[in-house]
Amino acid sequence: MSVDTATVARIAALARIKVTEPELEEMVPELNGILAWIEQLGEVDVTGVEPMTAVIENHLRLRDDVVTDGGIRDAVLANAPAAEHGFFGVPKVIE
Amino acid sequence: MTQLTELGVAAIRDGVAKGEFKAVEVAEAFNANVAAAQKALNAFIVATPEKAVEAAQAVDADRAAGNALGKMAGVPIGMKDLFATNGVQTTAASHMLEGFKPEYESTVSQKLWDAGAGMLGKLNLDQFAMGSSNETSYFGNVISPWKRNDGGNAAIAPGGSSGGSSAAVSARLCPAATGTDTGGSIRQPAAFTGISGIKPTYGRCSRWGVVAFASSLDQAGPMARDVRDCAIMLEAMAGFDPKDSTSLDMPVPEWDAGLSADLRGKKVGVPREYRMDGMDDDVARSWDEGIAWLKDAGAEIVDINLPHTKYALPAYYIIAPAEASSNLARYDGVRYGLRDLPEGAGLQDMYAATRAAGFGAEVKRRILMGTYVLSAGFYDAYYTQAQKVRTLIARDFKAAFDQVDVILAPTAPTAAFGLGEKTADPLSMYLNDVFAVPASLAGLPAMSVPAGLNREGLPLGLQIIGKAFDEQGVLNAGLAIEQRAGFTAKPEKWW
Repeated sequence: MSVDTATVARIAALARIKVTEPELEEMVPELNGILAWIEQLGEVDVTGVEPMTAVIENHLRLRDDVVTDGGIRDAVLANAPAAEHGFFGVPKVIE
Repeated sequence: MTQLTELGVAAIRDGVAKGEFKAVEVAEAFNANVAAAQKALNAFIVATPEKAVEAAQAVDADRAAGNALGKMAGVPIGMKDLFATNGVQTTAASHMLEGFKPEYESTVSQKLWDAGAGMLGKLNLDQFAMGSSNETSYFGNVISPWKRNDGGNAAIAPGGSSGGSSAAVSARLCPAATGTDTGGSIRQPAAFTGISGIKPTYGRCSRWGVVAFASSLDQAGPMARDVRDCAIMLEAMAGFDPKDSTSLDMPVPEWDAGLSADLRGKKVGVPREYRMDGMDDDVARSWDEGIAWLKDAGAEIVDINLPHTKYALPAYYIIAPAEASSNLARYDGVRYGLRDLPEGAGLQDMYAATRAAGFGAEVKRRILMGTYVLSAGFYDAYYTQAQKVRTLIARDFKAAFDQVDVILAPTAPTAAFGLGEKTADPLSMYLNDVFAVPASLAGLPAMSVPAGLNREGLPLGLQIIGKAFDEQGVLNAGLAIEQRAGFTAKPEKWW
């Protein structure tokens, strides 16, 4: 499989990364080079093989459903680029 | 008096404990080396000399008061800038996180401070740990302290992604440093700079507070000048952490006390598939020497097969970018990190502009690859197929470990390359991790130890891969190699 400019533009939109036309032109052959190389995985016979879900067998733990944290609003907001009135500030989303 | 910056972890800790020198003297000696090398090597993004001195003063005071000292007491270390450090800028070498000062401390770094270590600074790395040469950092390339012996002055890559760590340890800017390994990021830089480094079994070291790249692969580990120092530091870093859902709930073994280079009764596997066509002569020779050394240590050598080896790297370059595209979705310009808000832009435009400005080219490439392989219509062909191949790779190792105790292979296909030699073609860079990635995909402990120099005078590393949870077996085989390789070469000081 290979990608064209339109496909890369669509992926970039899905990934929320703004790309310029020249960047797109540059990325298409790079991504196609990588895709052509990973294509070889198709040769592997995986009949009856389960996809890996955990690399080391482990069980997912559950903790008690109690409050263990909180009351740290200012710490949470400390690195926000636009914290206002104790909230994360974002551009207006509703007209 | 001993030159303090020539000492490793064990020697510093024991010297401080015995009162041969003060922890503060050690911290100041390394602080001076860090400052003197910064311009030439660019190994640190931020130096924190006051933190190193503060921790050392606490250790000196504890000793004076007769209090018990920790495993790393008095040892100043470098911290890869992927670990969140409270109040100290943590960037993952990205513009996205420039100026980010966490309000919390990663579990691994906290454990090291609790063990008496101090922080010399935050080490440079490939941006978001994506790279094999430390050329993707927003804060500039790290330059290896090593030079080729051809009389030229070419700048050599320290490896990556833990390139600041490897350069700093080999240049004696710190006796040890933390690294993280997703697909070779501890082992390959260790090999490139003539030092030791171990990636433990997946889950040994908590991932909490480590900037996430590919969560099913990311593991922290120590990088130091010898095997024993790695064992000591790994003991301090490892341990169960309820804050990491994949943390192993197992006791931390006493790896240092358990070290033994006597390999009688042990079987060492040599995988046929790693001997690739056109293999570098020096690397092949070094591997043969390693086999002879382990035989000399009493081990029996067994040829083994790991049939899916050639598919490990392409599977990795689906799985790691897929996880990265998901993990890096958090950088949205809202909660922390960079925000780029063009005039009149809405929320979606702000996301796209922020991420365009905050991520470097390699990070974008991997996010796009990951987004593509996870997108509707392609998920099964790429991602599911890769995870099935990953199962087969893990099975290969499982079958091999029915026959042998550890596996010996080269760490990297070549010695260090020059900066700029592989940046034009992303694929040629990726291929550098061909021997390192299989163990990562299977979650196995693996380490690199220095084995010798190549014809250009650059270090070569040998890799030992062990069974899950058997770091001891890996460290012991590493020690057997270390004792026989007699690797004493160090970069000649030019910086």
